Amino acid sequence: MPEPMKHSAPEASSFAGALKSTWPILVALGALALVPTISAAIDNPFLIRLFTRAVIFAIVAVALNFVLGFGAMVSMMHAAFFGIGAYVVAILAFHDFDGAPLWIFPGTSNLAVAIPLAVLVAAFGALLTGVVSLRTSGAYFIMITLAFNQMLFYFFVALQKYGGDDGLQILADLNFAGLNISKRVTFYYVALGVLAASLIFFGRLVNSRFGVILRATAQNERRVVALGISPLRYKLAAFVISGAVTGLAGALWATGQQFVSPSDVSWVRSADYVVMAVLGGMARTWGPVFGAVVIVLLEALLPSATQFWQLPFGIIVILIVVYLQGGLADLFGRARPSSGGGR
Amino acid sequence: MSFSLFIEQLLNGVQFGVMLFLISAGLTLVFGIMNLINLAHGALYMSGAFIAAAMIKYTGNFFVAVVVAVVATAGIGAVMERLILRRFYARDHLDQVLVTFGLILVFNDLVRLVWGVVPVQLRLPGPFSGSVQLMAEVQYPAFRLVILAVGLLVALGLYFVVVHTRIGMWIRAGASNRPMASALGVDVGLIFSLVFAAGAALAGLAGLMAGAISSVQVGMGEPVLILALVVTVIGGIGSIRGAFLAALIIGIVDTFGRVLLPPALGSMVIFMLMAAILAWRPKGLFPVNA
Amino acid sequence: MQGHFHKAALAALAGSVSLVAQPWFATAAFAQAPIKIGFVTTMSGPEGVIGRDIADGFNLALKHIGPKMGGRDYQVVYGDDQVKPDVGRQVVDKMLESDKVQIMSGIIFSNVLLASVKPILDAGAFYISANAGPTAMAGKQCHPHFFGVAFQNDNNFEGLGQYLKDKGLKKIYFLAPNYPAGKDMAAGFKRFYKGEMAAEVFTAFGQLDYSAEIAQLRAAKPDAVVMFYPGGMGINFVKQYSQAGLMSQIPLFTGPGTVDQTTLPAIGEAALGMYIGAMWTEFGENPANKKFVADFEASYNRIPSQYAAMSYDTGRVINAAVEAVGGKIEDKAAFQKALENVKFDSVRGSFKFTPNHFPVQDYHLAQIEKDSKGRLVGAFRQTVLKDMGNAYGDDCKMPAP
Repeated sequence: MPEPMKHSAPEASSFAGALKSTWPILVALGALALVPTISAAIDNPFLIRLFTRAVIFAIVAVALNFVLGFGAMVSMMHAAFFGIGAYVVAILAFHDFDGAPLWIFPGTSNLAVAIPLAVLVAAFGALLTGVVSLRTSGAYFIMITLAFNQMLFYFFVALQKYGGDDGLQILADLNFAGLNISKRVTFYYVALGVLAASLIFFGRLVNSRFGVILRATAQNERRVVALGISPLRYKLAAFVISGAVTGLAGALWATGQQFVSPSDVSWVRSADYVVMAVLGGMARTWGPVFGAVVIVLLEALLPSATQFWQLPFGIIVILIVVYLQGGLADLFGRARPSSGGGR
Repeated sequence: MSFSLFIEQLLNGVQFGVMLFLISAGLTLVFGIMNLINLAHGALYMSGAFIAAAMIKYTGNFFVAVVVAVVATAGIGAVMERLILRRFYARDHLDQVLVTFGLILVFNDLVRLVWGVVPVQLRLPGPFSGSVQLMAEVQYPAFRLVILAVGLLVALGLYFVVVHTRIGMWIRAGASNRPMASALGVDVGLIFSLVFAAGAALAGLAGLMAGAISSVQVGMGEPVLILALVVTVIGGIGSIRGAFLAALIIGIVDTFGRVLLPPALGSMVIFMLMAAILAWRPKGLFPVNA
Repeated sequence: MQGHFHKAALAALAGSVSLVAQPWFATAAFAQAPIKIGFVTTMSGPEGVIGRDIADGFNLALKHIGPKMGGRDYQVVYGDDQVKPDVGRQVVDKMLESDKVQIMSGIIFSNVLLASVKPILDAGAFYISANAGPTAMAGKQCHPHFFGVAFQNDNNFEGLGQYLKDKGLKKIYFLAPNYPAGKDMAAGFKRFYKGEMAAEVFTAFGQLDYSAEIAQLRAAKPDAVVMFYPGGMGINFVKQYSQAGLMSQIPLFTGPGTVDQTTLPAIGEAALGMYIGAMWTEFGENPANKKFVADFEASYNRIPSQYAAMSYDTGRVINAAVEAVGGKIEDKAAFQKALENVKFDSVRGSFKFTPNHFPVQDYHLAQIEKDSKGRLVGAFRQTVLKDMGNAYGDDCKMPAP
């Protein structure tokens, strides 16, 4: 086996090594787990809602970063996968409430059915768009994914039956196989659990043979081809996995908000996810979590401080890009370069 | 659709296309030559419109306002390049996207601080604000004909500069081989600054032209930016010729799409076109350095 | 300009209200607490101009009301929805849960309102709409705690429909953005205008260029054009309609919110001669309106738009109802009853709520002309419909309090 194919994850072999490279995210997850307690202590239930948003967006940013930071695919359509997941849950609940079947299938409010379906449909969407988009690369890939994002946006706007531009309110009582998970604290821990699971999942994937080939492809596609490996299949698989996890986050979003709208699918949201991943730090699986939390908090706090919140927000973004080339994760020490993300 | 209406819609499509070319020309120039994705192009476009509107208000002279707005936007672009963007030529595209996204936010709030929230008026001189009779059944807004003429002149001018002049040669040399060009004594840094300023001037010109027919307001650059990126990518990044052709195709397709298709499909049609073209030619219609 | 809003708002606040200046996570739950009002509107982005008018109108009402409502202190918390439904939803959640607001208002756009209204009403708060009046809230989703002070979305276009029918105009060309409020306006228009429609065109929301639509329209040779394009879209459409030379050939009609003091400065003289269907004009002859217009101009140095007028009325509706219950808004059934039977001097003259909580009022026709100072204004022409309610009363099964 030539060099780049080697299993390059010494951290995984020793517990101390693992701790050394992942302590910031362990601390962060620990802090996130305390949010409901703090919220109860200061009698401010909104805190949980705010952090639920941060945690769900963090799942998307982590999933996006799998293709962005490790596969050099700058996708501008992750809001579309998110929206697909969210709309699948909302539309199924709509038909359950309404009683009318969706074509021949009955609607459902059981998330044990709706969520896997949402993930499946998002994965299928990623497969279809990925096959076409991955013919291109670089800036062309950014733009073709943006085009698909816009198409889906206008598709949801056109769904007048499901609210069109006004969005769709979920009126049915969502449950998970009969369990009520829409209680705020329960739901928050569910979302946090999904985030932790995604981190473990993507962390392992990045260091697996699959992940190594993906990273090698991002660095030098020709060398991978020379080894007799078809990089396209690996890139497509990565894109589908990323889209599926994003669809899962979307399904969670619909469950938590009880409301979906085309603005969840807008290209600006896609750009937000990219900003979260890059600001957080693309070199590590967990970097984007910091990006997502910081951006969600800034967006909530700055506007209540000043009407001209875009000015400080823009300046913060510029300063981070200019001075922290590896994103916020670099605050905890530099990572080894892992790919040529975005080049 | 009667024949004269068809002709008028075709003219509308071509005029919209030429407008899109004006917006995209600076973007593709900077993107192609310096390999820099400048999302703040839309912010420069907005600056051009606001400065022109203010100058018309204070001087009352449209032509003075055009000159001042174009020069001032070029100046803003040059300052932006010197202070921030210069250090991003060697960074990857994502960092460029992010820093210029930050610049958009900053520009929007600065314009709001200076001009307030109310959209401003860009008043056209009398002869430009009405319409002219082109054919028996076709009455056409005069200023749209001006846009058509200016756009075509810019296209010809750019083509001439890039293909036939010494500066154009340097530009092409800088784009394809920076170290070699430096070794031959070309001041690549200066050339890049000049190209960036020229791109900004084109954005400003496009902004003030568009400001005369549509609303001059904060955030006017963003919807246009997407269209400009679509044009740039379909044409092939860095190709002036490609941008011109792509702009015309999109202008015409969008115009007829809006008239003939239901609204949801009409909004989608240019994105479907872009996806189809890129699936067929992954580096655009006229790939540069292929 | 912007600093202007701040100064004026601060003056109003210093004089009468105390802005909730403590951090958003702080709590404020003590006995005999002040009444808490949440005001969510669009402050940033291109439509921030409308939010400014709505906030200024509301603040002027507070200034006139003074430091107490019904003998009780009150606080107003402000929030920015950025015209994004999910952002509006988050701001609303924050106000309900952190600030514990009891009454909310201020949202401009129907889609933002519809995203937020369920949590507001589920939390037991009252929503008094200063602008958006979506069909759903008048009909199937009507709610004991939801009141629309301005209009039901269809209303002003019902007035236009009646006017064009009275005038005997035959072929009408209708244009609006392809979103639910656009469909509401079309439905309202056709409810009263029964003649021939040359075309009903729905364009993409946020469209910049209307040359293609205007060419089609000219070729159809209609008797009149009726359109609804709020904000920047309206500026684009009217400028381009005028540049195409059509303003003098085919009369152009619209409802409120398209051509008013938030957009006229940008459209300029291109708008001269346009007709507007409206429930309010700055020339209303009643004393409440004269005081409002004069004080608004004195405070903010510009003519108020109907957005400002409606939110001025909203502030005074809230005050009148709070006074009627002696400040005890915690008795929700009584407060609801007080709102339903509210008595106050509206800037529109006569005003009362229908059983489904929307206005019964008059609808007028105005036309854009220059006033004595050379400013563009909507001048009163005639009253078209008197004491009009809305068409959705039968769809509303209002639960008993």
